[in-house]
Amino acid sequence: MDLGTIIWNTIALFLTVCIFSFLYKDNPFYKFAEHLVVGVSAGYFAIILFYNGFVPKVWIPVTTRGEWWYLLPAILGVMTWTRFSKKWAWISRFSIAFYMGIAVGVALPLEMQQRVVKQLHATMLPVHFMDIQGFWNLLIILGVLCGLVYFFFSVEHKGAVGGAARLGIWILMIGFGAGFGLTVMGRISLLADRIQFMREWYLMVTQALWGA
Amino acid sequence: MRREIPIAICFLAGIFYTLELFIPHRQVLSIFETVRQWAQILIAFAYVLAIANILRVNFHAIQKNQRDWPYKVVLIVSLFFMITLGIFFGGIGEGTIFDWVYYHAQYPLQSTMFALLAFFIASAAFRAFRIRTLEAALLAVTAVLVMIGRVPVGEELWNNFPDFTEWIMNVPQLAGKRAIMIGAALGAISTALKVLTGLERTYLGGE
Repeated sequence: MDLGTIIWNTIALFLTVCIFSFLYKDNPFYKFAEHLVVGVSAGYFAIILFYNGFVPKVWIPVTTRGEWWYLLPAILGVMTWTRFSKKWAWISRFSIAFYMGIAVGVALPLEMQQRVVKQLHATMLPVHFMDIQGFWNLLIILGVLCGLVYFFFSVEHKGAVGGAARLGIWILMIGFGAGFGLTVMGRISLLADRIQFMREWYLMVTQALWGA
Repeated sequence: MRREIPIAICFLAGIFYTLELFIPHRQVLSIFETVRQWAQILIAFAYVLAIANILRVNFHAIQKNQRDWPYKVVLIVSLFFMITLGIFFGGIGEGTIFDWVYYHAQYPLQSTMFALLAFFIASAAFRAFRIRTLEAALLAVTAVLVMIGRVPVGEELWNNFPDFTEWIMNVPQLAGKRAIMIGAALGAISTALKVLTGLERTYLGGE
């Protein structure tokens, strides 16, 4: 194990411990790490966008292929910078409106196709009572319909509609509960990963120091 | 005109892109692809705005000697440090200093931040989901069952625990998730239509 790897891993360990120190209370080490993560992340994404966005999509087409029209979105991009000036902020609206238009144009058919039509299609399951799956399919269909009734606010949730909406909220709560459970499990696996990292650092350092 | 022209641009760009679905011609699709790249370029430039905003807020805090101002210095220095590494020290490829800093500073910091949430999410859940109503009980019980069913102890407690958890995921959870997805999509579509037709203009900001 070379010294460089040990130093880099020790830095990583120090930063890990700095973040975990918040479990005791808010302290200068945590604050240092907290601000460091914001700065490093902002710088990281700036560079990633520079190399994956600006260089291949503006710099190379314009300077090597002479495709000058790629300067137009660059100009639109520069126009967003006027947002900081009270006098000239209105200029940024043109580029924001252009982006909003594209985002909305992409989202409209995509949401309809992927999240409405496909999901409804997948819900059209065969209902039968020859085996238990047919019954579960009925439960899924009823669950989706009742969940949607809960979201339907144009009719007052009273009587049969109210009953369906009540069943809908139960189904939604089960969905949220399962989602919450999975999120907690995800966080715990991240925690296990960090503890594993600390253990590996300890083994690496003891091996480097005493060859054990 | 400072508001009407942007609304018209948004409407035209939105309608233009909605047509992509209905005109699957190769040449037309290449135009759509070019415009999509334009949007990506716009995002890259808009990120500069975000960085400028970070610098503005933090420089202001340093200038005014606000509470915790030394940490703002850490933030700004680390931001410029990453940018300098990326531009002047061999780019972003594997094995570069930029890559090393990512793996030994940013990755541990971010993953530990999220790992820390494992502790707080549990205590927050205890406070938020105290079983006062049937709905809260359903949420809490499902969460506990899903968690137990995903670890070996669940199977130790009851042989069919993993299967039961799978049933929760495949039947009631699936129905709930689908209802949420469809409901959210219908909400997104109605908001998109409002933006497209100019009824929703908050993205333009104030005068």
